[in-house]
Amino acid sequence: MTVIVDLNLCQSHGQCVYAAPEVFAFDEEENLTYQPEPPESQHDRVRAAVAACPVRAILVSEP
Amino acid sequence: MSPLRRVVVVGASLAGLRAAEALRRHGHAGELVLVGDEPHLPYDRPPLTKQFLNDGWRPEQIALPIAPGLDITWRLGVPASGLDVADHAVRLADGSLLHYDGVVLATGARARPWPGHLTPAGVHTIRGLDDAAAVAEALSRTRRLLIVGAGFLGGEVAAAARALGVAVTLVEPQELPLLAPTGPHVGRFVAALHRANGVDLHLGSRVQGFTSNGRDELTGAELTDGTHVEADLAVLALGATPNIEWLAGSGLVTDRGLVCDEHCQPLRDDRLPAPDAVAAGDVTQWPHPLAGNELISPGHWSNSVEQATAAAQTLLKPGTAPAYRPVPSFWSDLYGTRIRSVGLPHLADSSEVVDHDPAAHRLIVAYHRNGALVGALTANHTSQLVPYRAEIQRHLDSRPSRTRLVHD
Repeated sequence: MTVIVDLNLCQSHGQCVYAAPEVFAFDEEENLTYQPEPPESQHDRVRAAVAACPVRAILVSEP
Repeated sequence: MSPLRRVVVVGASLAGLRAAEALRRHGHAGELVLVGDEPHLPYDRPPLTKQFLNDGWRPEQIALPIAPGLDITWRLGVPASGLDVADHAVRLADGSLLHYDGVVLATGARARPWPGHLTPAGVHTIRGLDDAAAVAEALSRTRRLLIVGAGFLGGEVAAAARALGVAVTLVEPQELPLLAPTGPHVGRFVAALHRANGVDLHLGSRVQGFTSNGRDELTGAELTDGTHVEADLAVLALGATPNIEWLAGSGLVTDRGLVCDEHCQPLRDDRLPAPDAVAAGDVTQWPHPLAGNELISPGHWSNSVEQATAAAQTLLKPGTAPAYRPVPSFWSDLYGTRIRSVGLPHLADSSEVVDHDPAAHRLIVAYHRNGALVGALTANHTSQLVPYRAEIQRHLDSRPSRTRLVHD
């Protein structure tokens, strides 16, 4: 699974951080950071994060 | 594999579409019918009071993506007019009858209209795409906009209009904006934001009546504080009212919404869940442990998404899905300031400012009820919500689930 967040779309709603806190986080500057290749144990949470994002900024590709 | 042959989803907005997606994802292979009163395919409402008004967004930019393979039978532009729980049938306004094996009730809410009497031309509400398109068009011609109600919707319309350079008068009956949902600290913060952006804010004041010219076009309003406001466009932001009238006679319990249990099942008059029926989104009310199991109806975007998913699971496998007890969240964007919240701040009996930086428009407010954290709100400081949300989640996880109501 590969994760890309369109940071131009992201408006810091934080929903992905709530859904998958081990993959998505905020840095001290309030910018979103994330793991582009999360481990399989996190994939369900990442899919939940995709569904929870109000601006559909998270793109996931699964082989 | 789900044994349901036909599931009818009544309501084709966010909750209805997300329920449809979850039904397919969790194995519903039968027919899936989506009924919507608007002629439009599902679209996203939050941008209607933001980019749609001031950034020239087009309807196609707010269309909700419909995944290929959902195989939905659309019944758009025709409202549901009745539900027969015993006979398992939805009646539509065109007289047709849709029998179901399972039904999802997701008819949402509508803008509360001006009480009592007719309003002159130029007075609008915003709930749907057509409403927002009419306001967007009128905003391009208006000289002076009056907004009645300084809640989230009214505030966002004010911000959008100011971004377009339109003069704005904002009238709010309470002493501060957002007082009931978020308390006085946020109220003062948001009032300052409006005033710093040139809004003529009238607090503790109501519209006594609208004034119009000989062609019945709006010219302004008389306020209870004695002011006459000039305006050729008005937006009523008086809150929302749930679309429950079509359920009259169904035997389902309605209050300030369709009353459901913790498993998204609507309750009948005998307080047992209606068989083969679930509900989701702004139409619902259900007991939440944060509120001491009082009924809540948050009316937020995230609730429609999460509740629709939970409801679909209950419909397909009754009795197996966990109780729906989310940490609610909502947001609002005002003049570039990002207001984000978790929990249920409106429940609080006390609130405290944890941090406030007026220059950066930053704010953190924590909300407590009986000494326990029930919510938090930040402005331009979303990262600081994460630990608050985690604490509320722990608090919820520590509460035992209410006794499951079992039906056949």
